[in-house]
Amino acid sequence: MLQTIGHLPIGWLLIAPLAAAGFFAFSFGRTEVGALPIGSTIGARLHSQPNYHGYFLAFSTILPAALIFLAYLLFAENYVRGALHSELPDYLLARGPEQVDLFIERVANYAGQRNIEDTGNLLFDASVDRYAILKGQARLVALAIAIVAALGGFFIGRRPLNRSFPARTYVEQTITALLFVCAAIAILTTVGIVLSLVYETLRFFSLPDGPGVFEFLFGTDWNAQTSQNFGAVPLFFGTLMIALLAMCVAVPVGLFAAIYLSEYASPRFRSWVKPILELLAGIPTVVYGFFAAALIAPLVRNLAQWVNSLPFTPDNFLAAQPTSALAAGLIMGVMIIPFVSSLSDDVINAVPQPLRDGALAVGATQSETIKQVVLPAAFPGIVAAVLLAMSRAIGETMIVVMAAGGRALITLDPTSDITTVTYQIVSLLTGDTAFDSAKTISAFALGFALFGITLLFNVIALRVVKRYREAYD
Amino acid sequence: MTEPAMPPESVQDARMRRRNQAERRFKLYGQLAIGIAVSFLAILLISISLRATAAFSRHLLVLDLPAAEFTDTKNIGITDLNLAVRADLLSAFPELSDNRSERAELFALSPRLAVLPVLRKLQTRPVDAESPVRARLALSDDVDLYLKNEIRTHRALHVGEAGRLARLSTGAYRLSDAGQDSFITFQDRLAEPGSPNQDILISLSGALFELADTAGASMILNHLAGPVPELGEQGSRPVTAIFLSSDSADRPLSNRQVAILILMRDAEMIERRFNASLFTNADSTYPELAGAAAAIVGSLFTMLITAIFAIPIGIFAAIYLEEFAPKSRLTSAIEVNINNLAAVPSIIFGLLGAAVFLNTFDLPRSVPLVGGLVLGLLVLPTIIIASRAALRSVPPSMREAALGLGASKSQAVFHHVLPLAAPGILTGAIIAMARALGETAPLLLIGMVAFVSDVPTSPNDEATVLPVLIYKWFSGSERAWEPMTAAIIIILLAILIAMNLVAVLLRRRFERRW
Repeated sequence: MLQTIGHLPIGWLLIAPLAAAGFFAFSFGRTEVGALPIGSTIGARLHSQPNYHGYFLAFSTILPAALIFLAYLLFAENYVRGALHSELPDYLLARGPEQVDLFIERVANYAGQRNIEDTGNLLFDASVDRYAILKGQARLVALAIAIVAALGGFFIGRRPLNRSFPARTYVEQTITALLFVCAAIAILTTVGIVLSLVYETLRFFSLPDGPGVFEFLFGTDWNAQTSQNFGAVPLFFGTLMIALLAMCVAVPVGLFAAIYLSEYASPRFRSWVKPILELLAGIPTVVYGFFAAALIAPLVRNLAQWVNSLPFTPDNFLAAQPTSALAAGLIMGVMIIPFVSSLSDDVINAVPQPLRDGALAVGATQSETIKQVVLPAAFPGIVAAVLLAMSRAIGETMIVVMAAGGRALITLDPTSDITTVTYQIVSLLTGDTAFDSAKTISAFALGFALFGITLLFNVIALRVVKRYREAYD
Repeated sequence: MTEPAMPPESVQDARMRRRNQAERRFKLYGQLAIGIAVSFLAILLISISLRATAAFSRHLLVLDLPAAEFTDTKNIGITDLNLAVRADLLSAFPELSDNRSERAELFALSPRLAVLPVLRKLQTRPVDAESPVRARLALSDDVDLYLKNEIRTHRALHVGEAGRLARLSTGAYRLSDAGQDSFITFQDRLAEPGSPNQDILISLSGALFELADTAGASMILNHLAGPVPELGEQGSRPVTAIFLSSDSADRPLSNRQVAILILMRDAEMIERRFNASLFTNADSTYPELAGAAAAIVGSLFTMLITAIFAIPIGIFAAIYLEEFAPKSRLTSAIEVNINNLAAVPSIIFGLLGAAVFLNTFDLPRSVPLVGGLVLGLLVLPTIIIASRAALRSVPPSMREAALGLGASKSQAVFHHVLPLAAPGILTGAIIAMARALGETAPLLLIGMVAFVSDVPTSPNDEATVLPVLIYKWFSGSERAWEPMTAAIIIILLAILIAMNLVAVLLRRRFERRW
């Protein structure tokens, strides 16, 4: 019985009775107050409409049970695994915590499958059974507590219901609190990101076979996969190089496109071209990655080989790799064009018209007006746009994973397959489950560095944009 | 006669001309920039579509298997069906049955697992013992690509008429011509400088040979496939040379396999059909059997979780920040935080998911539940920002009118402001979901890149999603993966464009200017 419950896919079914209980409590509260005879109790008039009494009762029924449910979702799995861990035989525990965690992970995964069969491994099968039983117990306990909480909430919530009961006030307070919780989730996300990155990064630097902070930040030898060399400078270099290549495409094209659209183009032309440019931003990055790797990278390679074959260049002048920084950078630049153009478009449009009119009135041509009046006025905003685009380029993952390479090199040759921070994070964290080798945790240190750099760019850019907006608004 | 002298250009005119030139140049730069951006988009879409076309159809081998063998549908397995398929193939090419390696070349055209759909059909539908069972089998990816591309580049040439066919002690055949020196002309033609150096097949009354050597008025041939004609005088039957476009060393198929394919095609054993398995099959390690069904369902489940999680929370957060929040430090901190969160690289959310959901809360890897939550956190700021903009665009007079009539603050918001802002909020939500649908990097970090051969049935089953499948197929080494990758890119882009169109239409239809 317990075992069957433990094997059930998930407690989704609990949501339905919860919703039903809520609906029942709502209609009960509404009718109970609505049915009170007029003038029978203290006030002749209802303080709140019957609906609010219904909502009040529904909230007091559902919320405690929902909290229990949430707690179950968050902590049950941990508890069950811990209990299973304590029951494992010593000879398995002797294999070290990494092996044991992997074993429990496999047991949990297998128990979650649809059809369970004996695998023939006695310990494994017994653990799967035990896991299911423990899970079933946890579920039943959670369910029992939730039912008690719901019933308790219902009867406690029912008691004060009468005509003068200010149900609306309470309901609205609850709703405001719930709204606040929703808004706080955004903060919690940031806190979660920072905490997990900081925690894992600290763990990484305190590992016996991990590097020191100094070695990580300034070492030039990166080879996390095979040996334990964690000098991240080549990764930072590659990231910066590809991002700069991307900016070489995105800034001129995006900026000129924005200038043309906001200063020269007819409204009709603008209404057609702007959505097309924004379409570039809507294409998934994995598609750009495919395009860069399947079409652009071979072109870059052929070009590099052609350059190598020229009489005045040495044979190995360019690396001419099948995947290259140039291919990734070019396509990343195309992807970023709409960011630069739409942000610049905004700031150029925000420049007050009298400035332009003044310049035109003293005889400047339109391009002179733009170059000498509009652009200087919009300059801080454009810088902010470029910074935001740069932060986007630094954090971009799929294009570099597919079109740039995995070799940690420091070279100025754009046709070599240099690697980036994001590429390494993906290659370090795909496939491997164990979170205790220096190799996997190093991904979090890289992620922390990435987060720090992009955050810095974003904060500066957003501040500039904000100040700029205030200046002209 | 002198032409009237042009007045000398004044200094000012020259300057004006230069300034106007600069003006035109500047304008041209702008046009060029837009041209570059738009043409890049066009090149991207066109080149991917061109690559994808090959994957939307494919070649199938059509065999009529004797039904008598399959009356007991409960107990047939892949092996039985494969045996039947092989027997049928051998009955079509009996000349290959004696030699083990020749048989292997024939059987390699279609992978073992290609019989799976036939098996499923047999198990669900009763077999009529009289009529044969028509089996359509996937051909291997290399064969399919050969049929799609290279077979069209074969060049056939009428060589002359056959004289005498003799068998040599080496196992090869010697074919002499009918006495018109046509073979010598043919050889001279081959010997001409500049004639391409490819493999040549010789066709003689339904059999295909490989041209091994030429010797004066006769040719030395190796038999490839098709019934060998009777030795001796051939009675001036026509001899045709087929120039293949590649050398057998440069292609995955042997000359014999190419010959078999030519014969199969002429016997109409091969059909080109719409590649429905691209939509109905789950992933496979064989490109010819792989499909995107599991990824499409996985994407659906993931989007479901993302929508359930992010849309309500995003809207509620926006309502709080826009309508209820007091102007305090905390609220402004939340605001700055949300703006920054929107610009955090997506891969950081993957790290968050790996550390918090997988490592701390021990949620299972590779499941849409976790993927949906991670994507939900990722698009939450987008939804909040869009919803706030929509709420802000509702004029304050609406709120004031409601409050003036005695509504409470939340009544004003929920009964009046929110419905008016709904189209804008919905548009923002759809665009955010489109972004989530195309996101790849964070899902790689929570293990959604695992190989999944079953279509998931719940958000708690191992699954993958469309963009991750694109990445996986792209990484496959066989050549056939590339058109298939392009094909699912087209599917994904179609879904995304449809979502964006809906958003645009919603905006057009319900947008109100105050």
